[in-house]
Amino acid sequence: MSSALAMDGVSKKFRKGELHDSLRDFIPSLVRRALHRRPAGALELREFWALRDVSFDVAPGEAFGIIGSNGAGKSTILKVLAGIMRPTLGTLRVGGRLSALIEVGAGFHPDLTGRENVYLNGTILGMSRPEIRRKFDEIVDFSGLEEFIDTPVKRYSSGMFARLGFSVAAHVDPEVLIVDEVLSVGDYMFQTKCQEKMHAILGGGATVIFVSHNLRAVTELCHRVLLLEHGRVVETGPAEQVVQTYLRRALAGVRDTANKDVFISKVAVRGAGGEAVAFRSGERAWVDIEATARRECQKLSISLFLRDEGYQDAFNTSTERLGLGTFTLRTGESVRCTYQIDLHLGQGTYHLGVSVVRYDIQREFDRWMPAASLFVSADRDVRGVANCYPEVLVLGTARPPAAAVPPRP
Amino acid sequence: MLSRVRSLAARWDLLYMLTWRDIAIKYKQSVMGFLWALLIPLVIVSAGVFLRAGMSILTGKPLALEDVASVSVKAVPWAFIVSGIRFGTGSLVANATLVTKIYMPREIFPVASVLSQFVDFLVACVPLVVLLAVAKVGVSIELLWVPLVVVLLLAQVLALGIVLSAGSLFFRDVKYLVEVVLTFAIFFTPVLYDADTFGRWRTVLLLNPVAPPLEALAATVVHHRPPDLPWLAYSGAVALLCLMVALAFFKRVEPYFAENI
Repeated sequence: MSSALAMDGVSKKFRKGELHDSLRDFIPSLVRRALHRRPAGALELREFWALRDVSFDVAPGEAFGIIGSNGAGKSTILKVLAGIMRPTLGTLRVGGRLSALIEVGAGFHPDLTGRENVYLNGTILGMSRPEIRRKFDEIVDFSGLEEFIDTPVKRYSSGMFARLGFSVAAHVDPEVLIVDEVLSVGDYMFQTKCQEKMHAILGGGATVIFVSHNLRAVTELCHRVLLLEHGRVVETGPAEQVVQTYLRRALAGVRDTANKDVFISKVAVRGAGGEAVAFRSGERAWVDIEATARRECQKLSISLFLRDEGYQDAFNTSTERLGLGTFTLRTGESVRCTYQIDLHLGQGTYHLGVSVVRYDIQREFDRWMPAASLFVSADRDVRGVANCYPEVLVLGTARPPAAAVPPRP
Repeated sequence: MLSRVRSLAARWDLLYMLTWRDIAIKYKQSVMGFLWALLIPLVIVSAGVFLRAGMSILTGKPLALEDVASVSVKAVPWAFIVSGIRFGTGSLVANATLVTKIYMPREIFPVASVLSQFVDFLVACVPLVVLLAVAKVGVSIELLWVPLVVVLLLAQVLALGIVLSAGSLFFRDVKYLVEVVLTFAIFFTPVLYDADTFGRWRTVLLLNPVAPPLEALAATVVHHRPPDLPWLAYSGAVALLCLMVALAFFKRVEPYFAENI
């Protein structure tokens, strides 16, 4: 089967610091480069690889995610795919009309009205004017900005600006769609609408490349995911598996515990079938914690807390508050603790944290947050932090006596 | 080169919208609006008339209406040449967000900028025609040369706009250099005066590729003479060559735009 999109051994070299922006700096460097010709695969002073030997294939109709920390090279991949940048080494193949949403509303001009910008942005994204005319009402309707469509966009709020931008982009009907973090625009309602639109685009048979920090959106939307780290591919595979790898690598080894009297040395989350990050709402989980003391410390307790995607407290407790009293650790001694929790949570991502506290003076010795991230899915659409297991027992309509509902004035 | 032109033609709607945008934003929130398109040519024409008046006092020959007409016929396209090159040069840097965010054939930016100035030129031609009618310049078969000569000028401005836009993307020096050259170019180009005034130095003046078309406009429109064909052919050859070199150069450096802007 031929692929919709493929990269083969792609590398991209960048230079740190200022490029020569003036002829005076450029000519000496040109002479230098002419005298010492180097192969494209070698690095000169101040150069680095933003991408190194990246290869992947995307099948037609597939949703493919790219994740990684800031500076891992995600945006560079997108720019190479979109044709904005040429790779230093390697080749890429693109089959079909490609549309890249690297910035929503790119090319909007502040002095032009919403209507004018829809036409301008639409043609920039590759639509013809008759096509835009045909879809115009649909685009405006989707953005929810009918009232303001003849207002210059410089008077728009940033949310309105982004909504109009996404609406245009969502109506391009590409065969290959490249999306960079645009689902994070607008309010909750609009985000939901965007996600539905993305599913519709996918349902229409388009190939989607999706780059995001929103791991939940990636797992929900993408079939396969590529994990990028310092410009290299770490893993390509099923979404959930790669997201787990990413979380494990992101959480490991970033903590500095060298000068803490008591430090948390291990936090692991288990489900019924062993170590896990994805749970169904109501499922039971176990959290294994281990902490070690460098110096004797008294009256300790271990707290556990869960935060939602916005880092708001969803739940917290501690061994002391659960009636277990406090404990003392002598120099070199370790403590082990296993919490059992039932995850009666609404669907979403939750960050789990652990801290070791001296209870009476509220001194915190060590805090590990986030020590793990959990994905909770529910079998029914419940939103918010808690799952109250709703059942609808009665839902009926009735017409009240006319007098009970006064007509509008 | 042909494939580049074809891919540009495929994005005709985009070219249209970008040209339209460049025109629209120039006149938004401005009281005079399109009158601005007339102002600069008017100033150049006034300068020319002033200069001619001075020369006529010096030589003792009275200032003929024909001279005023000839200055006007050259000043209006000259205003287009200057603004076309200036806006073309800045076009890629001005569209930096688009260059780094979305792929499209990037020639479209300098071309759209030059075309938007060309529309201003066409607007300025309306009062020019009125002026020529008032001056009773009259019409002749030689007017048929005019579209060809105008297209030739357009091709030269396009070629320069394309090369200079790419150049100033890499080095901002180019923009300043262009400003300096454009400020003083009017002294070295037969706009306010005629090339013939310089006698045997005429050849040197006409080597400037924009000079023959300007002289051709004065000859055909005002004096009802055929243009100086060998010189016009020279200018046309330069235009074609420049356009080809410009497009080839642009194609070569385009892959490096996004990371060097």
